[in-house]
Amino acid sequence: MTVTKLKPVDAVVVGVGVAGSIICQELAAAGLSVVGLERGRMVDPAQDFAMPYAHDEFRHDSRSNLIQNLSRETITFRNAMSETALPMREIGSFRMGECVGGAGVLWGGLSWRFLPWDFETHSRTVERYGKKHMPEDCTNQDWGITYDELEPYYDQFEHIYGVSGKAGNLNGEIQTGGNPFEGARSREYPNPPTQATHAGHLFGQAAASLGFTPFSPPTSGSTREYTNLYKLMLGQCQRGGFCSSFTCAMGAKGSPLTAVLPAAMKRSNFELRALCNVIKVNLDSDGKRAVGVTYIDARGRTVEQPADIVIITSYTFNNTRLLLLSGIGKPYDPVSNTGVVGRNYSYQATGSVKLFFEDKTFNSFMGGGGSCTAIDDYNGDNYDHSGMGFIGGGYIVVNSRGAAPINNHPVPSGTASWGSGWKKAVAHYYDRSFAISSHGGCQSYRTNYLDLDPTYKDANGLPLIRMSFDWREPDLKMSAYVTKKAAEIAKALNPSKMSSNPVSGKYNIVPYQVNHNTGGVIMGSDPSTSVLNKYLQSWDVPNVFVIGASAFPQNSANAPTETVGALACWVADAIKEQYVKRPGLLV
Amino acid sequence: MPDSSAAPANAWLFLTRAEARFIDAALARLIPADELGPGAKEANVTCFIDRQLASGWGSASRLYRMGPWQDGSPQQGNQSRLTPQEIYRAGIRETNLHCARVHGRNFDALPVDIQDGILKELQDGKIELESLGSKRFFNMLWKNTEEGFFADPLYGGNHDKIGWKLVGFPGVAAANYVDLIGRHDEPYRVTEPVSILDIEQGRVQVDAQGSPKHIRIKPAGAPK
Ligand SMILES: Cc1cc2nc3c(=O)[nH]c(=O)nc-3n(C[C@H](O)[C@H](O)[C@H](O)COP(=O)(O)OP(=O)(O)OC[C@H]3O[C@@H](n4cnc5c(N)ncnc54)[C@H](O)[C@@H]3O)c2cc1C
Ligand code: SF4
Repeated sequence: MTVTKLKPVDAVVVGVGVAGSIICQELAAAGLSVVGLERGRMVDPAQDFAMPYAHDEFRHDSRSNLIQNLSRETITFRNAMSETALPMREIGSFRMGECVGGAGVLWGGLSWRFLPWDFETHSRTVERYGKKHMPEDCTNQDWGITYDELEPYYDQFEHIYGVSGKAGNLNGEIQTGGNPFEGARSREYPNPPTQATHAGHLFGQAAASLGFTPFSPPTSGSTREYTNLYKLMLGQCQRGGFCSSFTCAMGAKGSPLTAVLPAAMKRSNFELRALCNVIKVNLDSDGKRAVGVTYIDARGRTVEQPADIVIITSYTFNNTRLLLLSGIGKPYDPVSNTGVVGRNYSYQATGSVKLFFEDKTFNSFMGGGGSCTAIDDYNGDNYDHSGMGFIGGGYIVVNSRGAAPINNHPVPSGTASWGSGWKKAVAHYYDRSFAISSHGGCQSYRTNYLDLDPTYKDANGLPLIRMSFDWREPDLKMSAYVTKKAAEIAKALNPSKMSSNPVSGKYNIVPYQVNHNTGGVIMGSDPSTSVLNKYLQSWDVPNVFVIGASAFPQNSANAPTETVGALACWVADAIKEQYVKRPGLLV
Repeated sequence: MPDSSAAPANAWLFLTRAEARFIDAALARLIPADELGPGAKEANVTCFIDRQLASGWGSASRLYRMGPWQDGSPQQGNQSRLTPQEIYRAGIRETNLHCARVHGRNFDALPVDIQDGILKELQDGKIELESLGSKRFFNMLWKNTEEGFFADPLYGGNHDKIGWKLVGFPGVAAANYVDLIGRHDEPYRVTEPVSILDIEQGRVQVDAQGSPKHIRIKPAGAPK
């Protein structure tokens, strides 16, 4: 095999999605020579995302070619270590992006900050309830960074993606209209919040009547035209639906393609190479320093890109896999509970309550752009967990995504599953129903983890990543509890029929759930239990940084992307302000 | 005037004529024509399925297809070696063999109540097919039926937007719902949903950004 060796650059970035694009732009703007390597194809929003095809549910939601092509690479999965993991042969529970922009092209735009509690679930739980309250086998740990440290970077991300919302806590003062439980913010959102849909409005009224505080959660579906931090213009969201899993024809959805890459692409010291699949980070002879990466380019050539700094932003699964394939960090062993790479894989436990009405219609096909109404009273540690047998919680939300009909035609339970009875119920309830979700988090446990599969390989002959994961009793209890609260609000709305579906049983990789896979390359303050330090820098190979939800030691109930983006801004600053001046461990 | 709600005649990319008859007959039971209007057969979902089977999807082009092949737990999902093309081909052939053995005829020639019974048995995994679980065959047929009934007509199904009209879905969104989203008591209904096919075939005009204009049915009591 001949290997083409290229000229060295200052920084090479592996995967150009949400995290990767920000790092590329920030480092290039600071004058570093930067190459971004993306396995997926180049996209041209003006053509690829144009109307009317942007509103094709079948193309985008059922058969998307912007998500990972599993014929080349997938993951393997088992519920327990005693089982043989088998390949995920088709897309189900979650979708991974594969194009320039990554899943950030397809995302639904919900732009939550995490709660201050999320960063310190371990120490705050022990402090409030005592050590005994931590679930058995739970491997939660503090992040090594606090909400307050990350706050300026949340703010930065919000001014890149043009986030729309209403502050609930400005510098410690609770604001009406916002989320009173959020961490203190230094200033308002760049854009005003979304207006409630009919379903959201009814939910909000019912929640308020029960003493809760409803609000419109923050979103990157910009509520007005907005010029961002990089002087790029976002359009106004039209609330036309066709949003989550879809591309945005209006340039309104904050994404790598609208909000970041056009700025980076103008710089001569930045180069983006699409259809380049990175297979390895190359280390020097003593394994303490990365010298670059090896990738397979569009023509199938093996290419080596030398670089002083390697930044891996290839999403949870490949972030973990690339470290394991490259021998960076000690692989995690769940039996002895030693090693770190692959540790603390987690997900989100999301239940729902479905409501059906006879006398109300909702224009359910409208929405998207993060049109939500929520309450946060049962999220994190916002309520007393004494004697509950679990920690954490979830937010309760009506998410008016825009109900396109292939994937949204709910019928009450007990309806015939096909035939005239089904048809009648679909016709009647298509616009007379909605769901209230209990969007829960998930803690980390010793035997929920990622490692290399011993059997199955990708198209290059390299081992696939193997996921071992199942729900645990505390997370099921949490889902039952928060879903029950959602059902109480639902009841106040007097639906003619309703059904409650908390998470139960075993984790199943088949039905679509959430795209929020976390852990595997976690951050922390102790090298024996974390792969990365607080600057997302490898403890073992300090010129490697790994950014993504893979760094979360456990999963929040909130969607991850704003935190991923904030971490990218935080790492960019650490590299620019500290690392380039004094290469080496920053902690 | 020709009846616009009857499915047009088709020429097949993948299906044999006999297979198309099987699917037509199954569709007529899965989403029947009834007092609410035409069903999946009239919506030409057979054409949708044929085109899908002839596409990359039909040969499982984006699925992980490397061995070893092994049955797993239900939580581990589909582990079948068969492509959708193979599932339809084997599923139809073997269901017809079952029908011929038990009822003396192919599926499409049976009375509707017997057809309903066969579909139910397929769905419940109660018919022994040689090559695959009957549930798997049924689930794929049903999923494709829903898809073909509600997908944009550009894919060959949802003829005359039958599926969209049934539920009141307006199709490609009009330029701006921002102001409408707050009008909670005003059902937004259009005289004719707009499809991508409509736009490409010049039946509907679009604005500079490519969004169509909807002709709304004025809700009772709405301001003129
Ligand atoms: C349908 C959908 C809806 C979502 N909705 C929301 C939401 O409302 N709110 C929210 O917070 N989050 C949401 N998410 C999740 C969000 O998209 C992700 O959190 C975010 O994109 C993660 O950023 P990332 O940079 O880590 O990964 P990505 O943005 O996915 O980027 C990773 C990139 O790395 C590339 N890559 C992978 N491996 C390699 C390799 N070996 N070599 C080269 N390149 C590689 C991939 O192709 C990809 O482009 C949603 C996701 C999906 C799919
Ligand atoms: S709903 Fe808004 S953000 Fe989403 S695709 Fe449409 S215009 Fe873009």
